[in-house]
Amino acid sequence: MRRLFAIILVCALVASVGVGCKKAEVLPTEQVVNMGGIFPMTGGSATFGTSSKQGVAMAVEEFNTAGGAMVGGVKTTINYVNEDDTGAPEVGASAAQKLINQDKVIGIVGAVMSKVSLAVAPICQAAGVPEISPTSTNATVTLVGDYIFRACFIDPFQGTVMANYAYNILKVKTAAVLYDNGNDYNKGLAEFFKAGFEKNGGKVVAFEAFTDEDKTVDYKAQLTKIKATNPEFLYLPNYYASAATILKQARAMGLNVPAGGGDGWDSPDLVKIGGAAVEGGVFSNHFSKDDKSPKVQDFVTKYTTKYGEAPDALAALAYDAAGLLLDAFKTAGSIKGSDIRDAMKNTTFSGIAGAYKFDANRNPIKAAVIIKIVNGEQTYLTTVNP
Amino acid sequence: MGQFLQQLINGIQIGSIYALIALGYTMVYGIVRLINFAHADIFMVGAYMGFFLAPVMARVFGGAFIPTIIAAMLITGLLGFIMEKLAYRPLRYKSRLSALITALGVSLFLENFCALPFVFTPAFRKFPDLIVARNIPIPGNLGLNISNVLLLDVGVSVILMVLLFWFVNKTLIGKQMRAVAFDKPTASLMGINIDVVISTAFIVGPALAGAGGILYGTTYGMLASPFLGIWPGLKAFIAAVLGGIGNIPGAVLGAYIMGISEAFATSVNSNLGYGIAFAILIGILLVRPSGLLGKFMPEKV
Amino acid sequence: MTFFRTHRTAVTVIAFVLTYVVVKLLSVLPLVNGGPLLNGYYIQLIALAGINIVMTVSLGMVNGFTGQFSIGHAGFMAVGAYTSAMITTVWLHTSVTNPWVGYPVFILAILAGGLLAAAAGYLVGTPSLRLKGDYLAIVTLSANELIRTVIRVTNALGGPRGLGGIPKFTNLEVVFVFTIVSVVLMRNYLFSSHGRSMKAVRDSEIAAEATGINTTKQKVFVFVFSAFFAGVSGGVFAHLLQFIHPDNFSFVKSLEYLIYLYVGGSTSISGAIVGPAVFTVLPELMRALQQWRMVIYPLILVLTMIFRTEGIMGAREFRFILIPQRQRKEVSA
Repeated sequence: MRRLFAIILVCALVASVGVGCKKAEVLPTEQVVNMGGIFPMTGGSATFGTSSKQGVAMAVEEFNTAGGAMVGGVKTTINYVNEDDTGAPEVGASAAQKLINQDKVIGIVGAVMSKVSLAVAPICQAAGVPEISPTSTNATVTLVGDYIFRACFIDPFQGTVMANYAYNILKVKTAAVLYDNGNDYNKGLAEFFKAGFEKNGGKVVAFEAFTDEDKTVDYKAQLTKIKATNPEFLYLPNYYASAATILKQARAMGLNVPAGGGDGWDSPDLVKIGGAAVEGGVFSNHFSKDDKSPKVQDFVTKYTTKYGEAPDALAALAYDAAGLLLDAFKTAGSIKGSDIRDAMKNTTFSGIAGAYKFDANRNPIKAAVIIKIVNGEQTYLTTVNP
Repeated sequence: MGQFLQQLINGIQIGSIYALIALGYTMVYGIVRLINFAHADIFMVGAYMGFFLAPVMARVFGGAFIPTIIAAMLITGLLGFIMEKLAYRPLRYKSRLSALITALGVSLFLENFCALPFVFTPAFRKFPDLIVARNIPIPGNLGLNISNVLLLDVGVSVILMVLLFWFVNKTLIGKQMRAVAFDKPTASLMGINIDVVISTAFIVGPALAGAGGILYGTTYGMLASPFLGIWPGLKAFIAAVLGGIGNIPGAVLGAYIMGISEAFATSVNSNLGYGIAFAILIGILLVRPSGLLGKFMPEKV
Repeated sequence: MTFFRTHRTAVTVIAFVLTYVVVKLLSVLPLVNGGPLLNGYYIQLIALAGINIVMTVSLGMVNGFTGQFSIGHAGFMAVGAYTSAMITTVWLHTSVTNPWVGYPVFILAILAGGLLAAAAGYLVGTPSLRLKGDYLAIVTLSANELIRTVIRVTNALGGPRGLGGIPKFTNLEVVFVFTIVSVVLMRNYLFSSHGRSMKAVRDSEIAAEATGINTTKQKVFVFVFSAFFAGVSGGVFAHLLQFIHPDNFSFVKSLEYLIYLYVGGSTSISGAIVGPAVFTVLPELMRALQQWRMVIYPLILVLTMIFRTEGIMGAREFRFILIPQRQRKEVSA
């Protein structure tokens, strides 16, 4: 029995190594190069990883169908290698090392969470491989070095947009904030909302936190405290599942004020989980699905047919991030990291989530849209320019 | 005053769910001295069973809540039984710590297996509305909020706890369980079938966790991912230790203390709420090293 | 060969140095397609394995050799990681470009991290080591989560944003030196008279007390000693990853070390080396299995525990860690 077990173990190891060593095929007149992706495919955040991976895979497929790029006169297409970071920084770092050293990738799209991107960035910077994160909003990510880009807004912009909207358009004078203090995205938005709202002359009457939204489901203790302060507006800069759950519990205890959030709200699941409780909620986002532009409509249709579900913000941003990287690769006509980086710096790329142009810190300069939930549907309200 | 009472009620509601999970930890521990880390994942499976079975049950029986909770309890009970047979029985008379690592392995396995695309998937799920949530009017002007879901949570846990006390104290197998927990070798000399007793503990404990999973789904309306059991499981485990692990009333007491102290700690400072609950636990254990109701047994030479 | 039988430290050091030489050669010589066999990916894995080895050996001193049950080791790692990173990065702004200043600061910083972790270990250990078994486990776990909560709400430490921009002082050489020194120190302690009293405490606390061992003092000392190494590992880890986050050090991480220890064999130093080495590399080797990776990994774990209940090494030791008793007797005779 023990020998059998040993044999199984060895076979499993050999098999996994064998599969791992499979090389991309090289054809004489054309070549295939690898592009990497680092997303959480297992663990509590796997659902974010799945959306992002699907977005990147679609962008790569379209790039290859459109004929790829010409590198030194050779037609070059892309093989997409996706690696799992399990949501842990050190696993992300190992994945980056693998993609760079084993797969010799031309660039990396990832990661979802800022904490993982921050562990991946120093490795990409040292190796001279461009990294573009679709969704890491922490301002310090791109400050690691000039090979690191992102496709999303940074925290200050979104928090301020919603603060202005609430004070100037919704005309509310007091607001309460309930955010996840274990996550830099939520905390960043919460703090910049507070600063922006108070700068306008409003008052943040309650600034309450909870710990780790993927571990918390009961917000009644915080909401009981918030309700006692009678706010006119509830700002919930959390992901959709948590925001919907908070609103359900808030409505159940009679806290019926308008609510708002950030791009984390963008998912069909917000309405599915929250139901009537999220009705009337407003949030800032990168794009609106009922934007009539053919580009957006085309993307939404193609994504829906391919994967059988509507794209969320993560899928759209991952699609754009991969598009940005591939476009720069095509422009550069080179597989050298520094060439792709230079092309990316000067890019003007028109994606699903707006027109991209990078500032000096490699953050995109682009507009935000504000979306309202009306009759369970996302409805476009307005566009806010930076 | 109103806020104080409301926080107390909030604490009791979450404490009820912790209690159902904590009972499973404590029963298994009392009999085989194993911290069954996979118990939290059985709770998760229970919640997902609710998600999958409720529509079927509603079609077959008309009402959904009672048939769903019973079906979920049966399935998680069966899962507990299989788990013990496959993973823990081979290690029963060997090192206690190997069994613990096995439990960790089983827990990781259940989480990641259930997250596979063709099992439960890692996606968020909306839990079916087994009952329609309503607020119950409270006389007076304290502004208290008591919903029928809260009464259901507390009611179901109390009923199950009473059933469990009856089972452990009055039935033959329950008495055998207590005997085995007290002294395994002597109990087996008295003709008690240890295998049957252990299997029973691994059926009853997980069944309670399954019921907890249904209550969890009904209360919060969504299932985040197959990893959702980890934190309620950890809190319930701490509650079981706090009450004196192996002690059934202790687990219930510990669970309510855990829930209530969490609610109050959060209302004092929501930034530190999570940590404060841990600090309270350390404090209690330092004063009562064997938990609140645990008996201190001096080691004999 | 008498030398090797009488100088255990020398044997262990030589074994590690030989390993280093092999690894270094494989990472330099162009063997595969004009590149080295061990590229940056493998080097990083080896570095992580080295850190995990020190963490596991130090946990083994408390759990395996003293028979206590601590499951909060990552908390002490966090203390060391944050202390050293704050010193090198935030307060002194050291960088790798000037190694003659950088490395002395780095070494002092990781030692400071170790000392602060030891202090934290003293604070946690003194009151809680009178608790037994699972009660001790809960207190150490709670202490781990408390430390993490404090880091998370302290903006000066980066809070939930983490602490980045840490200079990369940790390279292959640093990891090897650090692993050799730590393992040899802990090994020698375990085989000293102190180590024997530890094992006495584990086997029977009452009997140990009766023979005049101050069991409480012994337990607290081992706990503090072990926390020190966890702290130093944290420092080395921070300067390898160049970024640390409170979530790096949650109780889930502590459970990982527990797994490494018991899979390797909790009452064997060799086991505490083999366990983390195998189980750090294994999930990486299985990357091609995609989502199945995290399903098969725990299965391998469970099967290992069922078929090798006492861990891979059991209580046995490699000869480079401990020359068997019989042979040493021959030497003295």
